[in-house]
Amino acid sequence: MSAAAAGAPTLTSPPLPRTARTVALVGPPNSGKSTLFNRLTGLRQKVANYPGVTVEKRLGRARLRHQDVLLVDLPGVYSLQPRTEDEQVTHDVLTGRMPDVPKPDAVILIVDVTNLGRQLTLAAPILSLGLPTLVALNMADDLKSRGGALDTGAVAEQIGAPVALISARTGDGVPAVEEFLEGALGVPRPVQLPIISNVPSCREWSAEVSRKAGYRAPLPSHWTQRLDGVFLHPLWGPLIFVVVVIAVFQTIFKAAVPLMDGVGVLIAASGGWVEALLPDSWFRSMLIEGVWGGVGSVVIFLPQILLLFVFIGILEDSGYMARAAVIADRTMAKVGLQGKSFIPLISAYACAIPAILSTRTIENKRDRMATILIAPFMTCSARLPVYTLLIAAFIPEQQLLGPLLGTRAAMMIGLYALGFLAAVVTARVLKSSVLKSVRTPFMLEMPPYRMPTVRSIGLRLVDRAKIFLRRAGTVILLTTIVLWLLASVPLENGQPPAIADSVVGTIGRTIEPLIEPLGFNWRIGIGLLTSLAAREVIVGTLGTIYGMEASENSVELQSALQSDLTLAGAVALLIYFAFAMQCMSTVAVVRRETGGWKWAIIQFVYMTAMGYVCAFGAYQLLS
Amino acid sequence: MHWRQPATLADLAEGQEYRLDRIDLPGADARRLMELGFLPGTLVTPARSAPFGDPRVYQVDGSEVALRRETAIKMFVSPVRKDQPA
Repeated sequence: MSAAAAGAPTLTSPPLPRTARTVALVGPPNSGKSTLFNRLTGLRQKVANYPGVTVEKRLGRARLRHQDVLLVDLPGVYSLQPRTEDEQVTHDVLTGRMPDVPKPDAVILIVDVTNLGRQLTLAAPILSLGLPTLVALNMADDLKSRGGALDTGAVAEQIGAPVALISARTGDGVPAVEEFLEGALGVPRPVQLPIISNVPSCREWSAEVSRKAGYRAPLPSHWTQRLDGVFLHPLWGPLIFVVVVIAVFQTIFKAAVPLMDGVGVLIAASGGWVEALLPDSWFRSMLIEGVWGGVGSVVIFLPQILLLFVFIGILEDSGYMARAAVIADRTMAKVGLQGKSFIPLISAYACAIPAILSTRTIENKRDRMATILIAPFMTCSARLPVYTLLIAAFIPEQQLLGPLLGTRAAMMIGLYALGFLAAVVTARVLKSSVLKSVRTPFMLEMPPYRMPTVRSIGLRLVDRAKIFLRRAGTVILLTTIVLWLLASVPLENGQPPAIADSVVGTIGRTIEPLIEPLGFNWRIGIGLLTSLAAREVIVGTLGTIYGMEASENSVELQSALQSDLTLAGAVALLIYFAFAMQCMSTVAVVRRETGGWKWAIIQFVYMTAMGYVCAFGAYQLLS
Repeated sequence: MHWRQPATLADLAEGQEYRLDRIDLPGADARRLMELGFLPGTLVTPARSAPFGDPRVYQVDGSEVALRRETAIKMFVSPVRKDQPA
């Protein structure tokens, strides 16, 4: 993935007419901005290459009856006085100071109607911007089912702006939002607003508005209380956490197998079909060995990665993540960080890039820097294909805890734990030396538990599948083709050379002395070099190399690996991948987020050195 | 006259309602706490916590916010009397 692809989302083709309206979605955290955004834009939003909570503006196009509108989804804020980097983004977009986003023509303020009095305090600063504003009272379904009520017209009367009672999740009332987006935009009717810098007077004002609108607060959500009774139970809470983690890994390992086999069959069949269709030529060899052998061996892992994202999506959407942050806060405090750092670290299990972006919610600059520096140690989904392949090839499957946990899943959990440990130890070192700081208070609002919807999880999966396949179709395709070409020259008597004598083989054998102490031969070395672009590229590279050698060796990736690596070498390779920084997009994002090359280079060197030293130690110890 | 140290949020029993009197923290932190609902005069109820009681979730102004003990000890409260309206 290129650095540009990892950067701020920009709108892709076709471009909007210059006259298109820009409308910003703003609201307190967890009020449902992104749900409404997804509902209005569907799949017509720019796919950012990271999932999760909005920490960066997101652009999307709402295709309405008469025109298209450019929507900007903004990070949640409590006021217009920014305290963190993500809140600064919201502030800058709304005031027209964000260079790549036009100043919004209108604003949709989304608030959670089940707690109107407090959520509506944000209306005062938003209305005082003087932009045409629609106040969307979201979660109408919750309000109704828990016995709350209000007079929407009276709210509109009080605040001088149109109001819509909606449920972004079910789609109720959303047509009114679409009407606003297309209709004649009028500035809010001037009403007496409180002094916006004074929190108590804003709160009094919104209490007054709710009172005059006959607002009856809904009964507290019994579900949230009951679930907190379990998830924040002193004993059950941590225990459930552990069981959930084990179940997730076992499922990723076991349930994905039939799906992956299915994809494998499809790839093999299509490869065979192409092979039969084309005459024997160098082009056919390149297609079969390079593209099908290389890209195909990576694409097989798509079902497994999507399964991981189903779990991460459920954890994030249900509201459990905030509880996990509370449980983890004490542990994080011991290494000098706080519970808020835990959320980026968990999302780093998907990919380090969204994790690094989501550190923007951390107030303390040094805490934020430390979290950025340790995030890439967390086991991202790009490591998953590498781990799966090596574990399946070298670790025999045996039951450990009956059917609940097998050796392979246990090995996988061990690798995930190793990454976490490396992150925590590094944090401790950083926070007690160069990044020492005064502690900032930990304040985290607990969102109510909500049932994740198929729609929202589905949208993420489509996002992830697109990103994964795009990577397979660009970075991985390109590396495998270049690799294939370099492995086919110089020609000997007009014939491609034995791969060991090719340019690739020569490069590999040149670096071989450096990696031999780790138990790797030159083929693995080539994989290490190409995987500097992105970790999973090593799988494609090995697929290509072994595919080209198919006449001499086995075609099957796993058995080919077994003849190339000892068990000790495989463990060393796993450890190298757990620690080393092999992802150019992450390096680029770290450079951008830390404002220079210094930390990006330090991190790259530190992680790679750690990978080398630990892999060396493991190999020497085991062999 | 009997002088007593005023109680803080950190001293409270789970499930009991108290009135927040003042926040003894730097301006920016106090402001964010107020934005989260911790306004002087508001009722606060301690709820569930992480293992060993820190951090703890507090119910305030219709939502729930987790705070560390080190923050809670800077927030002073008084008991709610029955005859006093909320």
